[in-house]
Amino acid sequence: MSRSHDNHDRRGLTRRGFLANTGRATAAVLLGRFVTGCATTGVLAAPRRRLSVVDGRTIDLHIAETRLAVAGQSAVATTINGGIPGPEIRLREGQDVTLRVSNALDEDTSIHWHGLLVPPGMDGVPGVSFPGIPPATTFEYRFPVRQSGTYWYHSHSGFQEQTGIYGPIVIEPREPEPYNYQREFTIVLSDWTFENPHRVLANLKRYGGYYNFQRRTLANLADEPPGALANRFSWARMRMDATDIADVTGATYTFLMNGLSPDENWRGVFEPGERLRLRFINASAATYFDVRIPGLPMQVIQADGMPVVPVETDEFRLAIAETLDVLVEPTGAAHTIFAEAMDRSGHARGTLATDPHATAPVPGRRPRPLLTMADMGMDHSNMQGMDNGGAAGGDHGPAHQNTPSEEHSGMSGMDHSHASGMDEMAAACSENLDVVARHDGDGHGAGNAMVAETARSRISEPGVGLGQDGWRVLTYSQLRRATPGEDSQPVTRTIELHLTGNMERYMWSFDGEQYHRDMPDIVLHYGERVRFVLINDTMMAHPIHLHGMFFELDVGACERNPLKHTVNVQPAERTSFVVTAQEVGRWAFHCHILYHMEAGMFRVVEVRV
Amino acid sequence: MGLPLSHPLSHGGRHVPCRGGAGMRLPPHAFLASTAGAWLLALVCTFWSAPAFAQMGEPPFNHFMQFEELEYGFNDRDNPLSWDSTAWFGGDWNRVWLKVEGEAATVDPEVEGEAQLLYSRLIAPFWEFQVGVRGDLVAAEGQSTEGRGHLVFGVEGLAPYWFEVEPAVFISHRGDVSFRLRATYDLYITQRLIAHPSFETNIAVQTVPEFGVGAGFNDIDLGLRLGYQIAREFAPYIGVSWNQAFAETADLRRAAGRTASDLQGVAGLRFWF
Repeated sequence: MSRSHDNHDRRGLTRRGFLANTGRATAAVLLGRFVTGCATTGVLAAPRRRLSVVDGRTIDLHIAETRLAVAGQSAVATTINGGIPGPEIRLREGQDVTLRVSNALDEDTSIHWHGLLVPPGMDGVPGVSFPGIPPATTFEYRFPVRQSGTYWYHSHSGFQEQTGIYGPIVIEPREPEPYNYQREFTIVLSDWTFENPHRVLANLKRYGGYYNFQRRTLANLADEPPGALANRFSWARMRMDATDIADVTGATYTFLMNGLSPDENWRGVFEPGERLRLRFINASAATYFDVRIPGLPMQVIQADGMPVVPVETDEFRLAIAETLDVLVEPTGAAHTIFAEAMDRSGHARGTLATDPHATAPVPGRRPRPLLTMADMGMDHSNMQGMDNGGAAGGDHGPAHQNTPSEEHSGMSGMDHSHASGMDEMAAACSENLDVVARHDGDGHGAGNAMVAETARSRISEPGVGLGQDGWRVLTYSQLRRATPGEDSQPVTRTIELHLTGNMERYMWSFDGEQYHRDMPDIVLHYGERVRFVLINDTMMAHPIHLHGMFFELDVGACERNPLKHTVNVQPAERTSFVVTAQEVGRWAFHCHILYHMEAGMFRVVEVRV
Repeated sequence: MGLPLSHPLSHGGRHVPCRGGAGMRLPPHAFLASTAGAWLLALVCTFWSAPAFAQMGEPPFNHFMQFEELEYGFNDRDNPLSWDSTAWFGGDWNRVWLKVEGEAATVDPEVEGEAQLLYSRLIAPFWEFQVGVRGDLVAAEGQSTEGRGHLVFGVEGLAPYWFEVEPAVFISHRGDVSFRLRATYDLYITQRLIAHPSFETNIAVQTVPEFGVGAGFNDIDLGLRLGYQIAREFAPYIGVSWNQAFAETADLRRAAGRTASDLQGVAGLRFWF
């Protein structure tokens, strides 16, 4: 039975819906109702060794609280069809699909199809695109499948994504793909906590460093290079923490690969000589993963479900909510898939093997990295570059030492074959990526604790803690759309948004304004092409996700700029992308760190006819 | 002598003979019971009102209650039990604060303490402005209980280099004006072993003999406590605290048979929930 497909102006109603959800969340904390429960003993369903699959024209998804084993401990999770992750939904491009989502929870739920092009009423964001799915009801999502690739789905209600409501979507293309592989595995990375996520957020609100047990201390001062003390004083002067890489860490998280802990060791079994396609999905609530298969190069073929010009790499950072497809040719009998949390507080792990019992060595975790002054927009060498007005100025900051040397000489991240003539095309497609933006006087109010004095593109940097290991690390600057884009309409408008936050109070926002404070929609007009410039004033990375439409991430490649639904914006980075407003409706636009979204880093982009 | 926690104490009121017979008689154990009662009432009100608060448009509502210090002091005089606790209730921008602190001698039936109820508003990324009321009480067996009320204006926040700073101005119901500055710091020795230095000073415009307050620069409290976070929320500690009174305040203390300088060892618990 289908409920409410209309999407007329329901803003008043929907904002109340959003707040009501949060209110319930609060009550849950205060009343001490622990959704996820604590460890108990007893007979438990064994964890699944492989993902279940659902397909066809009509698919039933049943959402309920389920007691199951996570990492060998009993837990109560919110699940889809009884497992974590939910079943792999397999679709074919061009089909119509009906997804019947029934809710056996005692609170509202929802499912958002992450990265899928759907009518706005089917997008599944309570308070933005529909009212949500009340308890004991079934909502029918119906939409045509207009694309192919690797995506995922998750609840957009409260903290249900953290407690287990997520799963993969694989859409087979209408036309055969130009890839040669014999077997494929979907690899869902996620984070699990035995704490109530409401409690996690409450802890962060009381003490932002609650889960950070990798601080700089007197005891580890000697581990740092000379000059560390002066560096520590500069950070202390700004009341910032150079070890604040992740808010929620391995101190509470168990990191999962297809629902299995590192000890449980998810295995993908293949026949010798096979070429494999691995579909990586980061379905975490708050964890960036650095993924590698020691000894095996990976050929990246799709990013966020969209084909890219194949590029070979040894490691990639997968931001929360991103997907990446790679091809590998195993050379041995067993290979470890190693996914380290960005702050090195833990890892997920699995094995590709020809024998279901084989294992391969598990590498040690690398030392936790430290943020640099460049992550705070304090990199004076770059400011100098800007003052000189020189295009060469942008590339000499310390954080660039990790980038391939050939990129130092030219425009950062540019594919040199595209470099010529860029100026003429700049208005239409790509910006000069050497722009170093100096922050204006607006500090965004008390909701924002830091202002990046200067912000610049960091798409050719692999990110904090990566690039010093002697192997290749994927960067956004290497991504090129496989088929050039056709839409060459000029960009008519630029919308600049600053990513802001106040770690002391755990407030997160755009332009210093939390969504709760009745923020108006960002309005686009149907058909226009708009450039979004995101400037990250915080010293944390934020995975920013736009619902309903892909955007062209500006890597300086014009019609080859990759299409993405989620972009990782590094600290003090200036990122820009272009959206063609071709899907009418109201679309959520937010940081995909669940706790940042809940703390206010959320907006609505509305495309009006 | 009490540390930053035991401000009323450091004013020396407890040992000043009270001559103004106007005070009510409140036995020390009743005073202690009422302090605990105030806490219980605050807890009940919080849980009762939280869902309503959450509907007021500033989610998420949160609360925080901390005994920064709950400790026993080792000295050659009265071995006091002292407490310094704070709580806030509210959202990101607007909060209600409760600050309760005091000290009870364990050898004599003597208690003194104060409580502040404040409204707080975030005014800058690291700073909140606080305004409200404060009540002080001094009670000792066989003496009249002394009390006074104040208006409070203060700010609280994080200064550069991670110092937690809390300056406040107090105006009593009799028009006495005083100023207090506190600063504390968390020094991480390891991830869980944390040194906690603290500083406090009090300055008064008028002399208030009943509370052992002299005009001018009153005193300085310095403390150093070393705690181990068994959990983030729970850290036993040991430490030392030192109080030095100056000028007229020192004279008042000596007149009451005490010394102007006090040094003691402390052992206690820091916890929050």
